[in-house]
Amino acid sequence: MKYVIIGGGAAALSCIEGIRSIDKTGGITLVSKEKYPFYGRPLISYLLEGKTTLDNVLSYRPADYEQTHGVRAIRGMGVTAIDAGAHTVALASGEILSYDRLCIATGSVPFVPPMEGLEQVRDRTTFWTLDDALALRAMLGDNKDKRVLIIGAGLIGLKCAEGILHLAASVDVVDLAPRILPAVLPEEPAAIVQRRIEKAGVRFTLGDSVVRFEPNLAHLKGGKDIAFDVLVLAVGVRPSTALAAGAGCAIERGIVIDSSCATSAADIYAAGDCTAQSEAGTGKPRVLAIWPNAMMQGETAGKCMAGGEASFDKGVPMNATGFMGLHLISAGSYDGELLLSRTPDAYKALYVRDDRLVGFIMLGNIERAGIYTSLVRERTPLSSIDFELIRETPQLMAFSATERAKKLGGGLL
Amino acid sequence: MKKVYVNEQWCLGCHLCEYYCAFANSGKSSMIKALKDRHIAPRIRIEERDNISFAVSCRHCTDPLCVKSCISGALSIVDGAVMIDSGKCVGCCSCIMSCPYGALSHSEAGVIQKCELCKKNEFGVPLCVQGCPNKAIVYEER
Repeated sequence: MKYVIIGGGAAALSCIEGIRSIDKTGGITLVSKEKYPFYGRPLISYLLEGKTTLDNVLSYRPADYEQTHGVRAIRGMGVTAIDAGAHTVALASGEILSYDRLCIATGSVPFVPPMEGLEQVRDRTTFWTLDDALALRAMLGDNKDKRVLIIGAGLIGLKCAEGILHLAASVDVVDLAPRILPAVLPEEPAAIVQRRIEKAGVRFTLGDSVVRFEPNLAHLKGGKDIAFDVLVLAVGVRPSTALAAGAGCAIERGIVIDSSCATSAADIYAAGDCTAQSEAGTGKPRVLAIWPNAMMQGETAGKCMAGGEASFDKGVPMNATGFMGLHLISAGSYDGELLLSRTPDAYKALYVRDDRLVGFIMLGNIERAGIYTSLVRERTPLSSIDFELIRETPQLMAFSATERAKKLGGGLL
Repeated sequence: MKKVYVNEQWCLGCHLCEYYCAFANSGKSSMIKALKDRHIAPRIRIEERDNISFAVSCRHCTDPLCVKSCISGALSIVDGAVMIDSGKCVGCCSCIMSCPYGALSHSEAGVIQKCELCKKNEFGVPLCVQGCPNKAIVYEER
């Protein structure tokens, strides 16, 4: 069996591991646009912040990983087309690879809306790849004298702000939404996080947008002007689907995949940020561009490509992050009855609907949050546990003695 | 592989496992030096309520969600045990978000810590188990 994987991120890595858990010998060729070995993309802000090193970033897996896993990796190389009928992939170099099973793990690409005058801005970058982070680091220099403007107050923009604050003269963040982290948090917790970030020195202009750039000046719709030296575009990302579309795969924002991560095209699988998988329950395809999802889908795709049995449809939106020392974990949806608890150093929101915990937000104290995540993921009936107890704090005591015996005495995942 | 298992009915709630854990991973030569007048951050924790108590530490799952969620490559499976390279950990807490047992926590150094079955310290086998006076936690194959 010959496998080809397009992409070099979490889903591609996990796909290799899925394949190798079943097929130890089939040839695997990986083609990746980036020149680096596997790395944790979310690490780029931690790298600029100084919480990790480039060496550590580039050693997500051991240096001999590809050798030990029998992978031919072609890095720094684009794919120009997939011919689904002929089962071939054409590379920018002109090389044609043939496959028996293909996995598309092309991830996301930053979305940059058209903005007048943008091309006049010399020092500008998106904040998505390691190369973006290294370019940004070079633009900032070592004199802490650059004024940075970040467009976008989502996770990417804010992690960038945190990462570079100590390297910049000032950091301004502008977002069209009236609050920060609009896709992750409702108003109240967003305001708590915003205050923490502001206290550290970041300035926000929310509910506003840039109408025109001059080389070092942004004119906002609301009338404000912001001077800057370096511009970071962190408006958002979109699934990278062009290759899959060209191959005839069904696309609904992302590449549509089933629970075995197969696309609508024969022998073509897809995994990670580039996909749209049916949500358990509604059945509607949905893009869920988060690391754990990419790892689960990649593994599932790999196993199924190698002829094994695997299925994954428990994708749940979830985020673990933090800003200026304030930890944040959220998961699931916020469509349910809100059970709120606040203490001076923690905010916790649980969302309950139809005897299930459908989502939660923890800020500050995030200890044992995974116990809540598991209730969301497993759709555990709250009537089967001591909900009053677990509502107070995540704990295994809230489960029945039988369930606890299973969890702690065997019957492992 | 041998793992730490819990016999809830034998747990006295004495918390000795927590102290042994903190000592085992302290690098100090005696329990007194390791623990006296210190706030301890053990990797095994007792839950207790009414007359029930039990210890919770890493289950060393065969398909661990924490390892899959780890963005830094700090968590990995080594000879069946889930191990953490704290030099790589950035403290993003994705593992805390994912672990259904609540078995990972913050270390005093600000990154994440977890039970590594005392494989990295001088004891080599879980000291919590050796210290348990009532065999409420055991280290065995199941």
